[in-house]
Parts: sequence; structure tokens; C-alpha cells
Amino acid sequence: MPGKLKAKIVAGRHLPVMDRASDLTDAFVEVKFGNTTFKTDVYPKSLNPQWNSEWFKFEVDDEDLQDEPLQITVLDHDTYSANDAIGKVYIDIDPLLCTEAASVISGWFPIYDTIHGIRGEINVLVKVELFNDLNRFRQSSCGVKFFCTTSIPRGYRAATVHGFVEELVVNEDPEYQWIDRIRTPRASNEARQRLISLMSGELQRKIGLKVLEMGGNAVVGYLQCFDLEGESGLVVRAIGTACSLEKLSSGSILNTHTHPNTAPASNACNSPSKDGKEPVFGEDLPSSSGPPTPFRALPTSSSSPPPPFSPSKPCSRQSSSSDTDLSLTPKTGMGSGGSAGKEAGPLKTLLRQQTQTALEQREFPFFTLTSFPSAFLLHVGGVVNARSVKLLDRIHNPDEPETRDAWWEEIRQEIKSHAKALGCHAVVGYSESTSICEEVCILSASGTAAILNHRYMREGCLDIGSTDHRFEEPSPPTCGFCHIPYDELNMPFPAQLTYCYHCRRQKVPDVLFTTIDLPAEAAVTGKGCHIQARLCRLKKKAQGEVNATAISNLLPFMEYELHTQLMNKLKLRSMNALFGLRIQISVGENMLLGLASATGVYLTALPAPGGIQIAGKTPGDPSNEQHILTIQKRINDAIAKNKELYQINPPELTEEGVGSPIPEPRQRSRLFRSHSESSDELSELDLSHGKKDAFVLEIDDTDAVEDIHSLLTDANPPIGFYSCNTETMPGIYNWTSGIQMFTSVRILRLSNTNLTNQGLNKIFTDLCENLLKSFYFKLRSMVPCCLCHLNFTVAVPEEELIQVAVTAVAMTFDKDQTQEKLAEKLIPKGGSDTDEQLQFPLELCADSSNSQPSSKISGVPESTNISSRAASVDYGSFADRCSTWLELLRLKAHTIRRGSVKTSRRTQSLAHSVSSLEHSSPLPEGRSRSLRSSRSFGGSSVTVVKMTPLSFLPGTRIIKYLGIINMFFIRETTSLREEGGVSGFLHSFIAEVFAMVRAHVAALGGNAVVSYSMQDCVLMENPNKNQAQCLINVSGDAVICVRESDQDSLASTTTIGHSCSSTTDVTT
Amino acid sequence: MSVELDVFVGNTTIMDEEVYQLWLDGYTVTDAVKVRMEGGVLDECEANADVVLSDTMDQYRTFHMCERLLHSPAKLANQLLYQITPHRQTILIERYYAFDDGFVREVLGKKLSKGTKKDLDDISAKTGVTLKSCRRQFDNFKRVFKVVEELKGPLVENIRHHFLLSDKLAKDYAAIVFFANNRFETGKRKLQYLTFQDFAFCAGQLINNWTVGAVAGPDSFVDNMVEDMDVDLDKEFLQELKELKILITDKDLLDQHKSLVCTALRGKTKTFNEMEANFKNLSRGLVNIAAKLTNTKDVRDFFIDLVEKFIEPCRSDRWTAADMKLYLTHYTNSVHILDTFKHQIVWDRYMGVIKSCIFKMYHD
Repeated sequence: MPGKLKAKIVAGRHLPVMDRASDLTDAFVEVKFGNTTFKTDVYPKSLNPQWNSEWFKFEVDDEDLQDEPLQITVLDHDTYSANDAIGKVYIDIDPLLCTEAASVISGWFPIYDTIHGIRGEINVLVKVELFNDLNRFRQSSCGVKFFCTTSIPRGYRAATVHGFVEELVVNEDPEYQWIDRIRTPRASNEARQRLISLMSGELQRKIGLKVLEMGGNAVVGYLQCFDLEGESGLVVRAIGTACSLEKLSSGSILNTHTHPNTAPASNACNSPSKDGKEPVFGEDLPSSSGPPTPFRALPTSSSSPPPPFSPSKPCSRQSSSSDTDLSLTPKTGMGSGGSAGKEAGPLKTLLRQQTQTALEQREFPFFTLTSFPSAFLLHVGGVVNARSVKLLDRIHNPDEPETRDAWWEEIRQEIKSHAKALGCHAVVGYSESTSICEEVCILSASGTAAILNHRYMREGCLDIGSTDHRFEEPSPPTCGFCHIPYDELNMPFPAQLTYCYHCRRQKVPDVLFTTIDLPAEAAVTGKGCHIQARLCRLKKKAQGEVNATAISNLLPFMEYELHTQLMNKLKLRSMNALFGLRIQISVGENMLLGLASATGVYLTALPAPGGIQIAGKTPGDPSNEQHILTIQKRINDAIAKNKELYQINPPELTEEGVGSPIPEPRQRSRLFRSHSESSDELSELDLSHGKKDAFVLEIDDTDAVEDIHSLLTDANPPIGFYSCNTETMPGIYNWTSGIQMFTSVRILRLSNTNLTNQGLNKIFTDLCENLLKSFYFKLRSMVPCCLCHLNFTVAVPEEELIQVAVTAVAMTFDKDQTQEKLAEKLIPKGGSDTDEQLQFPLELCADSSNSQPSSKISGVPESTNISSRAASVDYGSFADRCSTWLELLRLKAHTIRRGSVKTSRRTQSLAHSVSSLEHSSPLPEGRSRSLRSSRSFGGSSVTVVKMTPLSFLPGTRIIKYLGIINMFFIRETTSLREEGGVSGFLHSFIAEVFAMVRAHVAALGGNAVVSYSMQDCVLMENPNKNQAQCLINVSGDAVICVRESDQDSLASTTTIGHSCSSTTDVTT
Repeated sequence: MSVELDVFVGNTTIMDEEVYQLWLDGYTVTDAVKVRMEGGVLDECEANADVVLSDTMDQYRTFHMCERLLHSPAKLANQLLYQITPHRQTILIERYYAFDDGFVREVLGKKLSKGTKKDLDDISAKTGVTLKSCRRQFDNFKRVFKVVEELKGPLVENIRHHFLLSDKLAKDYAAIVFFANNRFETGKRKLQYLTFQDFAFCAGQLINNWTVGAVAGPDSFVDNMVEDMDVDLDKEFLQELKELKILITDKDLLDQHKSLVCTALRGKTKTFNEMEANFKNLSRGLVNIAAKLTNTKDVRDFFIDLVEKFIEPCRSDRWTAADMKLYLTHYTNSVHILDTFKHQIVWDRYMGVIKSCIFKMYHD
């Protein structure tokens, strides 16, 4: 019996009138955990009852503590008839099971009813006393920390990254059980909410167990999803990255090495390596670093390196599972850099091999993280992507979810093999998703193939001391990740390679696609922008196998189309890399929707993109030629305009002038939608782009005209706005504290029955574009601002409907770019990335981050001498600005370290203040006052809770993670018209969900949610019956953050202590 | 193809003040969109008509959902559903409870009942304020009236605390409640020239000087417990006012009073002759108003009486505002010199209010 859960019901307020006669309510509360239920007394005739109950104590297994939510039901007592339920509150106990998270849950929770929404609030106190469990075979995994954040959480460092964890549980959906025919909608909804709550608790516990087995103590990048498979059941699945996190504390950080618990260097070499492979890594002998590029298991076009015709790609794709590797990357064996001395060779090889074996031993070397501590990510290969179409059948035995497991296993294997084909041993930025329509289900997985620094991989295999760093980081962090990880001679797909424009020593591809965030240290030219490819494909209605085949036949074409669109749009913006790429394909009864979103940037290390050229099919026709010339001019103008808009002025680098000339620049010709012969005659048209080769678009059919048209109609954001779907906007650093998180949903009904693919595409594109326009308009008062983490989710809820849901955050920044150094000092945003996680003294010299290829990398890419570096910074060019910023971050990192004693003290006193608060009285002063009468006078007693999909809040520092928020709600109405139609219904539901998230966070003592996301928003409506139902699933990390400027520990303590009871500062 | 659903929800509730005003003014979504577009909103952020329409609908929905909370503004501060900055909360409340002077002038002093509510469409047509806005304003009056009716303590303070209004607005509402409670007649043609602000000022004077609460003073705790202390006139005081009659019934006193006033005024104003000639009439008018205030009916006619018995005669004699000031000052002060008159305190309490009311009301 390792745990005692205690709950106390304090009071209620704003209750609904349940007795029409008296306009009052006789409320009481049932508190239920597992099978035990307690009741409070009835508090008669009040809308603001003061129960002030005793402590209800539940003695339970910690396994139950993890699985079960505390269920609080508020009822209206009725002497003669059955008691009426007012609503419920489910409280997840998990945050209390972790010593480092929250210690008490105390606060006002909205009382939620699935039919009526929020009906008043209830004040509850919950505590847990855990006893030590010595049982080795325990089923619980208390104490494992969960983070939704897809980077190492601020204030922690990753001693070891253990790797991928996944789990899924299945059950019957209560909505489809026979009993549902006789019970009320409310009972059915509540059964469903409760079941999902239980299932996600169980899932989390099981994942926790896996983490403990691996020797970790935390899951980062935790992503949980529901698959509502209808008749066939309900699946809850989750993936994450197991880590051993260590809390950063004062002393250890300063000069200690990252890996205190790692073995001496020799240890790293002792894995007997296959000597045969050794020369492979010699610097002049580029060859495969991974297993020799495997063509096996790759139904993709990857087959032969030289053939330039990408149109062949889709054809080679297989039916039931379409594979795509979207990245167009090429290059030599990994980081064999010139700087790595000869003697470095063998050791490095050994190390790498060891890493690889370590990684390969793992079933899935996947990481759900999207940003990494510096030096973790060595090289990026490109996007790997796998989809599979499955037919759902009833899950017969919920305890053996093998089928679903097998499906995912299959997909993951495919991803793994794609990664291998790219010469990579790992997949980062990994995610999985499904789209279900009736009995057809598309499973998708995608990630970025990469080579990682093995130091983080396994305990005991590392810490080679600083000498080793020399071998480890042959390429500067600003460009190293761009260098191709695969074999130049055996490229998995056609691509152009050049020497890195940054260091001039390694090969880089012409274009790089990834699913991760832009590494903080990457050198970028200009600003980034949000790029989206949208596509609709009609399909015939069909059943079963036929339907599944039809879908899988369409998939490769869709992926190809999306890819082409992305590529064209990227070129049009004169950029050469995509980050945060997310491709969704949603299935409906009569169509498929494809949406690919990413953030485009110009990586300084990659070659400048060529332009786009237009070619006609019949070169002889003069009128046609004229037409083509006009279009060409428009495109060239657009490119020039975009260059200006995104401030893309890459440093002029004449290829001849550089030390290592590119050996035999092959005639580059990438042809999309075109035939090879067209390229010749086009070179005449290539006026503005010099020698750079261009994309050729041939206008040979109406499709292509449409494409070009849509290419040019994509509007740029209005002045003062930027947008991206990554954490932050490349090229903007000086964030100010204004933030506004929002969720927007739009559903379009297609009334036109005989639509063409083009017509649909236009509608879909307009829908997305108009949504963006609406956001800009709504948020115009925040200018200058950037929409970050724009996350579009598309669905086809019904035959004629297209649904797009967007969650994003608008953040203000300082327009004045010259102030950015100053601002940066105050607001080191995601600096914390680099911040606290950079334990090793950074030894990066100032000019190494310069875009000059001549820069010397002096051994360790980390820095020491702050002052000299700061002085040597040149703010001139934009590229430099980026590095400047990095410098400052590092500077900041040092300051923080120096001040970290204070930090920890602050945290303690904070915890103290919370607990003392709870000791003294269940109701802090502010509250009890407001309770006294229904009409509390003035003053807000509600804690302001900020929410953001990002892992940080600009201008603040996260001082404590309080635990994961993972909530699932159902809302149903039978009076749709009265609630303002579907829009009114959904609007209030989303507002209610936000309110409940905020209340839970505030009750944990937090003031913000980071890494917030809405995984699901499923809306079903039946306006004729005046009914609608909606399911929403949200998650995020509850945190306490303090303003960066609050240096005084005392002050910040009071701020927080205060915020627990009453008001805090105000979000704009 | 049609938009089936379109919502935008911010963690911090986004509210556009311009749209809020249009909503309060009772514009339909279509009209509001038109107004916004004419106002040049399209120039901002490269918007188009669809965007403005979508935004307007969204905002209207938000306001509609918040309206329930605005009915008890204190709830707005501790509700959890919408995260609204305190500053914005204040604006929302203040604007919601703001009213059109034209509209309030029409219902001032009327019973805030269903009957009056039925006449709102006439008032709407007359004032040009949309019916929707009229209803909101009327409901606001009624709501404030109902809440303070049941409360003890000072009226303005109660309104300010319960509805979290600014001092100015709270005072205006106090005036509305006060007028509605005492049913002062304000609709007669002769009173048409008076604005709401004139009446509000007078109401403030009456509340501060003639009610039960006025005697107790703001610092007195004991009397805070008296119900309706600021809404009902002080009955005792009204009784005492009868004693003033002696000023016109006692011939000696009347003459003495007149000569004192005339001596003081002589040579100081062009209209001296008219003042002298009218003195007895005017004095009788004012004292009679005082003496009759025990009757509820006469309380209702207080303002019409003031106008008929005093303001109109003066106006026809072309007194200037300065004349009026001069006259009333001396008229009030001269009484202090009358040794036989024993009701100086009541007199001052009465004339203090009358004087400032007349000053305020004496205009075109």
C-alpha cells in the first residue's frame, strides 16, 4: 500500500440554479477514487456553498495512483427524486507523484458537464503521501517525469539520451457498446472521458516502466494520440524519448564536464570494431559511414544515384505503403572533416562505429526531440517518411493489442531502413499520426534521418575528455549538420552536391528538408518564412479492400505533388532548406487532403537556390513564347521581391575564390514536370540567375498552369508579420514579452457536387490562405509580431466537409534590429536551449560562426573567453548577427551559471511558500475574501496563466516543471441553435477547454503551459436534429516561470506566492 | 461552397474596441462590417471583406458569450472561462454600462417596468438609438436598480462596488436609480430643455443633502445599516420644511426679508426693478415647493414646479445667470439676519440644494 491520497472539498462558487422555485441549489460533492467514494454534507440553499469538508483519505497502490484520476462530482440534493448531477472535475494525480513536480493541488476548478459545459467552480485541495516501494517487480513507474516539450527541458541537462519509447493500449469504445443504446448521452460521454483518462494513465505508467528499464528517469517529447476507430475500438498510443535528466544545480555546472558518470576515453575504443571498415572514414576516402547504402527495403526511387528524372519516383512506390524520402541530400561519409588530424581518424572511426552499434542494437533509434543540445546533432540526411493504409477490424482482445503494435512496428522498420539508406543511424524529430475514415486507416510516420553524437547515447561509453572533442567535432556547429551523411558516389537519390559554403571542406546538398527545428547554432541568411503545400485529390467512394487499394494508389502521387509544390515555393522564396516539415494526408469518403507545412530558410552553408524557369512544350510557337516570357518575368519579379522581403543577401562567394574548388561541377539539371530536352533551350532564358541552375517548370498542360498560378498567388504576410511553424523564426531574435496563443477552426461545406481536382485545390488553398489572412488581421494590434509554431491540422469529417484547425502563438518582437544585442541580454529566449544545457565551457572562437569559410575551428566548438569574444563581434552582416546572438546566449549561459545558487534557492523558497500557504489555511487570503459573498468586490482572484505551443516564454525563465497536462473532453449539445450554431458551440467549448487547462495549471501552482498542443478536435454535427458533439484532446507542460528581469529572489518568490492566491502580472 | 463553421479563440480573449462599440450600439453583423469597411479597416493588414466579416462574427459571438458575465461584473474578475486583462475588463464593463444621454433622458423618472420596456421601440424611433441598444441600456438601469434596492449603505458606493463602474458612471446610475425611485416628472414639455446631465447634477445634490444618508454623513457606520438611505428623501426633513412657510405667511418677515434682499441688490443689477417687483411671488413659489414636499405627488413635480414657479418668471424678466446667482445668494443669506426666524438649519439645507439646482437648470 504505497500511497495515501487525501482530498478536501473547500467551497463552490457561481453554481447554477438547480431549484427553480427558490432560485438556489442544495449542493453536495462526491469524491471518488478507484472504487472508494466519499460524500460531503449537503450545503443547503446556496450558489456559493462552503463545505469545508474533512480530509477524505484513500489508501491505494501507486499503480492506481498513476492510472486513475480523482473524480469529483457535484450534485444537487433532491429529497423526493434522484439527485441531479451539476458536473464533474477529473484531477490527474500524476504531478503529485513526482518529487520534483508539484507538492499540492489546490485551487478553483471549473465544474464541467458534457451537456451544459462549465457550471460554476469548486475549490479543492489534494495531497499525496507516497511510501517507499521496495518491490522490484512493481508495476508502477512513479517518479518518471514526463515532458511534452520536444527539447531538453530548461533547467535540466541530459546525461544520457536512451532513446525511443512507445506503447499503445486499446479498448472498446463505450460509445459503441450495446449499453449505449439505453443510457443517456451524458452517461455515455462520461464513461468515455473516464475510460480515456484511465487509458492514458495506464499508458503513461507503462511507458514509465520502459523508461525505468532503460535506466532513464524522464520522457521528453511525449506525444500521446487517440485513434477513434469507431466500431473497432479505441486506441491510445504514445511515443517519446527516454532520457536521464539531471537538474542543473549551481556548482556542478561551471567547469564540470557534461558527463560526470561516463567512463574514461579508453572505454570508448574497446569495442572491437570491424577493421575493414576503418579506412572508410579516412578523410579523403568518402564512403558510407553507415551500412553501405542499402537499397533493400526501399521501394523508393532511391535506387540509382545519377538518374535525374524524379518523375519516376512515384511510380516506384508501393501500393500499401508509400515511402518517401523527401530530403534531397547527398554527401560523403559523415563528418570526416579536414581539420580532423590523421591520428584522429582511427579513434573517431571506432567511436562512430561504437555509436552505431549502440544505436543499431536498439530496435528503433528514434528521437521525438526536435531540438537538441549543441553538438548532439552531427549531420542531417533528410526527411524520412512512411505511410501505410490499413483496414480496421474489431479489436477482439483489448489485452493483446498485437495487430496495432505490428502495424506500427512495420512502419517504424520502414523508417529505419530509409534512414539507413541515407547513411544515417538515427531518426530525429520523429512523429506518428493516423487518419481514419470509416474502416480505412492511414498510418503515417515521419522524421529526419541524422547522425548523432554518441556521447549522449549511452552511459559509460563516454566522456573522453576534452582532447576527444577535437575528433568529435570536425565541422563547425554552424554548418556541420548540413554536411551530407551518406556516400557521395552512392547517393540514395539524385541531388547536387557542392562544398559547404560555410566551411568549404565538406559536401552539402543543394536543398535540405527536415522535420526538426533549426539548430540554434545554424548560420542563416535573412529571415525564414512559413511555406505550405496544399492538395486535394478526389477519389471514388468504395468499401473495404477496394477503397484501401484506391487510397494507397493515390498516396504516392499526392506525396510527389506536395513535394513539388514545396520545392517550387521554396525556390520562389529563394531559400534552400525546410525545417519543421510536417506532411499530413487525411482521408475522407470521396477525397484525400494533403497538407505539407514547413519553415523555409536560407542556410548560409548551402548553395543559393537557382531560379525557376518556365518552358513551353512547343518551343516554336511565338505567341506561346510571349506568354512564357511574361510568366517568367512575373516569377523573376516575385523571387526578387521575396529576396528583399526576407532579407536574403547571401555573402558573395565566387566559387573560384574559395580554397577548395568544387571538383568537376556536374551539369546540374533538375527537372520537374519536364523533359530533359527543354533544359537546353531554356538556358537562354536564364537571365537573372547567372550560372546557378534553375528549376524548370514546363507548361505542358493546364495542371502546370494552375501550379504556376497558385505559386504566384500565395500571399506573403502583411508588413510587420512573419510566420513559421517551427519554435521560433529564423532571423528574429529580439522577442518581447507579448504573446497570444490561439486556436482557430474552420469548416467548409462543398456544395458543388461535381468538383474537379483543380477546383478542390483552389478551394482548399483559399481556405488555408484566408485563415492566415484572418490571423494577421485579428492580431494586427501586436505588430511587429511573428506567428510561431503554426500548426495546421486538416480533416474530412464528413463527405462534403473540409476542416482545418490551427493552433499557434503570436509573439511580439522588437522592430529595432539594432537593439537586438541589448534585448538579447534581457530576453534570451530559447537561449536556454544553449543556456543551461551547455555545460562544457564553450570554446568557439568568435569568427568560427562567421560565414567566412576561412574560419578556423579551434578544436572544441565551445567557448571560453567571453569578454574577448564579445568585443570581437562584428554586427555588420546579417549572418553575423546570428552568431552574435549565439555569443550572447553563451554569455548569458555563463551569467546564469554564476547566479544559479540564487536560482535554486529561489525554487526552494517558492516551494516553501506554496506549502506554507497550504498549511496555514486552505484558502489564501485573497480567496477567502472573495468567498465571503457572492459579490466579491473588485480585484481579480484568478491567476493569469499563459499558454504557448513553444517550449519557452519570451522574457521569462522557467524555474520549475510541475508535470504534464493531458486532458480529454467531450461536449455534446441537443440545443445547437440556442448555443449559436456549430460556431457558437465550438467557440464556447474551446474556451472551456482553455479555462480547464488554466485552472489545472494554476491549481498546481503554475502560471504557464508550454509545449501546448491540441492533438484532436473531432466535431460531429447534425443540425437537422439540433445536435452536435465534439471531442478535444490537449496536452502540455505546466510550469512556473518568472520574468527574466526579476533578479531579486525575494521579489520573485513573493510574485509567485502571490500568484497562487490572487493576481499576477497581466498578459497582453 | 459555404463556411460551415469559423471560430477563433485566444488564450487571452481578443476584443476589438471598435467592434465592441458597434455591438453595443446594436448594429447587426452586416451593418457592422459595412461601417468597419467604410472606416478604412481594409487598409490594415491587407484584409478583405471575408476577413472582416469573419472577424466581426467572431467578436460578436465573444461579446454575446461574455454578456452574461457583464450582468454581474464582479463575476468577470473571478470567472475562469475568459482570460481578460483587468484593464480590458474595466473597459468592457464601463462601455457596457455606458448609455446614450438621449435615451436616458426619455426614461428618466419613469418606472423601470415591463410597461416602459414595451415603449422602447417608440423611444428608439425618437432618439435614433437602435432598439437593441435601448433594451441593453434599459436592462442595465433595471438591473442596477434591482440590486441596489436590496442593499444598505451609500448608493453611489454600492453601485460602484457591485458594478465596478467609474465614479462618474456610478454617480449617473445613482441619479437614474434616484429618479426612478422617486418617479420625478421629467417628461413635460417645459422640462424638455433640460439635459440628463442637468438632472444628474440635481439628483446628486438631493442625494447628498436631502436623504437620510446625508444626515448621517459618510463616516457614520451606524447609519450605514439604514435601508434606502440614499434613495428616499429624509421624511423628518420634509416635515420640518413645512415650518419654512412662516417666511411667506408672516407679513413682517416677508417684508423684512424683501427689504434686506433689495438693499443688498440695489444698483448691482440691471433687472433690479423686476426682482423687487417679483420678490414676493418668487419667494412664495420656493417656500411653497418646500412646504408641499411631504406629498409624494408633489415630490414628483419638484422639477416642474421649480421651472414654473421660479425659472420661467425669471427668464421672462430676462435675468442673466449672474443675476440669478446674485439674487439667490442674497435671498438665502438674508434669512440669517431675521431674528424671529428659528429654522435656519432647515432653511440652509433646503436652499443649498435649491440654489445649486436652479443654477444648473437656468439655461436655454
